[in-house]
Amino acid sequence: MKSLEELRAIKAKMQNSVQLRGVEDEDSVTRVVVGMATCGIAAGARPVLNKFIEEVQNRGLKNVLVTQTGCIGVCRLEPIVEVITPTGEKTTYVKMNADKVAKVVHEHLVNNKVVDEYTIANAD
Amino acid sequence: MKELSLNILDIAQNSVKAGADRIDISVSESVKNDTVGITIKDNGCGMSQKTLDSVTDPFFTTRTTRKVGLGIPLLRQLTLDTEGSFDISSKEGEGTSLRAVCRLSHLDRPPIGDITSTVTSLISAAPEIRYVYTHETDSGAFTLDTDDVKEMLGGVSVSEPEVLMWLTEYINENLESIDGGKI
Ligand SMILES: Nc1ncnc2c1ncn2[C@@H]1O[C@H](COP(=O)(O)OP(=O)(O)OP(=O)(O)O)[C@@H](O)[C@H]1O
Ligand code: FES
Repeated sequence: MKSLEELRAIKAKMQNSVQLRGVEDEDSVTRVVVGMATCGIAAGARPVLNKFIEEVQNRGLKNVLVTQTGCIGVCRLEPIVEVITPTGEKTTYVKMNADKVAKVVHEHLVNNKVVDEYTIANAD
Repeated sequence: MKELSLNILDIAQNSVKAGADRIDISVSESVKNDTVGITIKDNGCGMSQKTLDSVTDPFFTTRTTRKVGLGIPLLRQLTLDTEGSFDISSKEGEGTSLRAVCRLSHLDRPPIGDITSTVTSLISAAPEIRYVYTHETDSGAFTLDTDDVKEMLGGVSVSEPEVLMWLTEYINENLESIDGGKI
């Protein structure tokens, strides 16, 4: 059985590496914003959020911050995710699911290539 | 909502929005009593009597982007549909407390679902908040207090993906040990 004590090891490990994000590197951070209002949650925003967290952890992406917001405003296109790069370019992905998240992480967050087919511009 | 844990996430997001710095979430499932109970309590801004009166009305919301609120009426309706009960009380400046009960064996009762994910989503949404999550079954109880987690972590944030992944396993293991979250 796991014990909370094990967190001390995670803490030690993170403090030893340069893993901790400081305020000073806010400028180099790409933000992933998941819409989590009632309609987003009902449409499947929770597994989308958790998949982002899992992928960011598994791939060790240190400059990606996964956050949440309320209503993004287009119910029928939920779950909606916005990716905002350090330079302020915003991409809105719609009708997301865990598989699409894997692709967005791989192509957009890792290789800097927007996944056009999932963007709001291409929504039917 | 397909899972009760999604209703919990939705309602607790209201507590986050209300500026709470402590949110208590408890789930109790009892085959013996034939009930699934959910309590969500926060110390956020609370609501005026007028807001409280209208909050169970599906056409009420204080937000401006959309004209209808959904979360609370949805959960209330679910308790009515499953022969349960629903109570909400709130005081401006003090906080809000909500209790929803469903009859466990009712055919329309959704499963509890992935409650662990709900808890980690909330921690990730607002890591500065102290969450106290309790889960009770006929065979035992488990509590996670994020203050205990923070004490172990020192300056490392509870919202670090690595910590969230660890907490996922920790909560799942503890739920397993009390046979929780399976119904
Ligand atoms: N815990 C709380 N503390 C203070 N105010 C609350 C709380 N919960 C709900 N409210 C108030 O009640 C209103 C209705 O809540 P409800 O969950 O039904 O819908 P919503 O939050 O407006 O929209 P949605 O849940 O769809 O995102 C909220 O806009 C808010 O003003
Ligand atoms: S209420 Fe549906 S997108 Fe905001």
